[in-house]
Amino acid sequence: MARTPGDAVEQLIHEEYARILATLIRVTGDVDTAQDAVQDAVVRALETWPRDGIPDQPRAWLTVVARRCAIDRVRRESARSGKEAEAVWLLDSQPEEPAESVVRDDLLRLVFTCCHPALSREAQVALSLRTLGGLSTGEVARALLVPEATMAKRLTRAKQKISRARIPYRIPADHELPARLGGVLTTLYLIFNEGYAARSSPDLVRAHLLDEALRLTGLLHQLMPDEPAVLGLRALELLQDSRRATRIDTTGAAVRLRDQDRSQWDRNLIREGVLLLGDALKRTPTTPDPYVVQAAVAACHSIAPTYANTDWNAIISWYDVLLTVEPTDVVRLGRASAIAERDGADAGLVAIDAITGLSDYPWWHASRAELLVRLGRADEARVARDEAERHALTDAHLRALDATLGRAS
Amino acid sequence: MPQYVAMTYTQDVDWTHPDQAAEMVEYSQFGEIAASVMRGGAALYPTSTATTVRVQGGKGGDVLTTDGPYADTKEALTGFFILECADLDEAVALAAQIPAAWNGAVEVRPVIEFPAP
Repeated sequence: MARTPGDAVEQLIHEEYARILATLIRVTGDVDTAQDAVQDAVVRALETWPRDGIPDQPRAWLTVVARRCAIDRVRRESARSGKEAEAVWLLDSQPEEPAESVVRDDLLRLVFTCCHPALSREAQVALSLRTLGGLSTGEVARALLVPEATMAKRLTRAKQKISRARIPYRIPADHELPARLGGVLTTLYLIFNEGYAARSSPDLVRAHLLDEALRLTGLLHQLMPDEPAVLGLRALELLQDSRRATRIDTTGAAVRLRDQDRSQWDRNLIREGVLLLGDALKRTPTTPDPYVVQAAVAACHSIAPTYANTDWNAIISWYDVLLTVEPTDVVRLGRASAIAERDGADAGLVAIDAITGLSDYPWWHASRAELLVRLGRADEARVARDEAERHALTDAHLRALDATLGRAS
Repeated sequence: MPQYVAMTYTQDVDWTHPDQAAEMVEYSQFGEIAASVMRGGAALYPTSTATTVRVQGGKGGDVLTTDGPYADTKEALTGFFILECADLDEAVALAAQIPAAWNGAVEVRPVIEFPAP
């Protein structure tokens, strides 16, 4: 599809939005004022750029215009309240075009503020999409399948908490960084998963949200190119996303990894993911990072020529590494499923049944159903399948499971 | 400079009881740590001494008093500190050093700064 000049302008603004907003939040000290000012600048760009052409330095153009709009807004506001606005002085005293390193730090400040642990995870996700992703409130609401009024309230409450409780706009100190970065990555991965395996949506993949999640993680990777966990999450997302085209069939049912058409996997994404993974592994020689190790598991699948020729030994070893840093039942389930492939369904079922804490987890039941089918225990498989449904396995996966059960009977 | 109230929610203890002596030492240690930013605070008698007051039928109506705290919960409001901090991170870092943070929970709330009349 040919892009019109208007599309190019919108695309460019979308790309630059978070950086400009981040700078404006620093200089105005207020998320709402900054958002309004950037919106003013965007409106002006949409009016003039398609007609006059895109300026040589669009970000600088937008930042300067947004700053002037902010000054106007603050002046109007202070005239109304009769208060001498410190903010005007603050705005006037700053250089008009911040240096690249300042923009980078502004953006990081915004990332860490949006994902501050004093905000609920829901609020973090919404704020990240709204401010870092530059989505409108309506778009965020649609992406997360929440009514727009609810989303508007959620965003307002989050921004109010930031300003009233004074959640600081700064990059955490070195000693806080690992924990705070962990929170940021959790939020980004949550957005990715919401798009990748949309639990709350009839569609298995919500492409728009998925693209946004990939963009946000890519942004964080640009900002923190040396952090292994960031490299790991980026690699994990790219490797998983490389299978996007093959994950659902034409009827909307999920396609299991073993049945996916590997020739349709995106080789470029796999190459990029594997390169990032290699870099991340080199940087974590002694202490494994959970995202890096999960990416390693994903890479084992990505580079296997066929399902049957997957290196299950390697996958099981990576799960063992993962269990040293993330000893959870969900990780044990992944390992048990790999055991089933290497040692047979019997051994796999023993490993799965040894996990006692997942009776509310749909995938535990679904995995049991799969293995019971393979063992010819159709009645038990059906019971497990019903349990998976009762615990809200996605529709697409339920249909895939039913197809397996159907073939067996 | 913003102020925060850090409210301690713990077991409904009697701070004057000798059993609490060891804990009171920990609280006075927190008092020393936070001395430069402490703007006030109080330890409260147990909820058995609390009286909840309501006026029925609007302002000037009947005063209704009930014995006990507003909310009867497992962990009770047992005291509070007023702390002057630059931002929430500072307030949280201090709150984490209040013994209630590991014996119960500390709720941190920003104080409204009304403009001078």
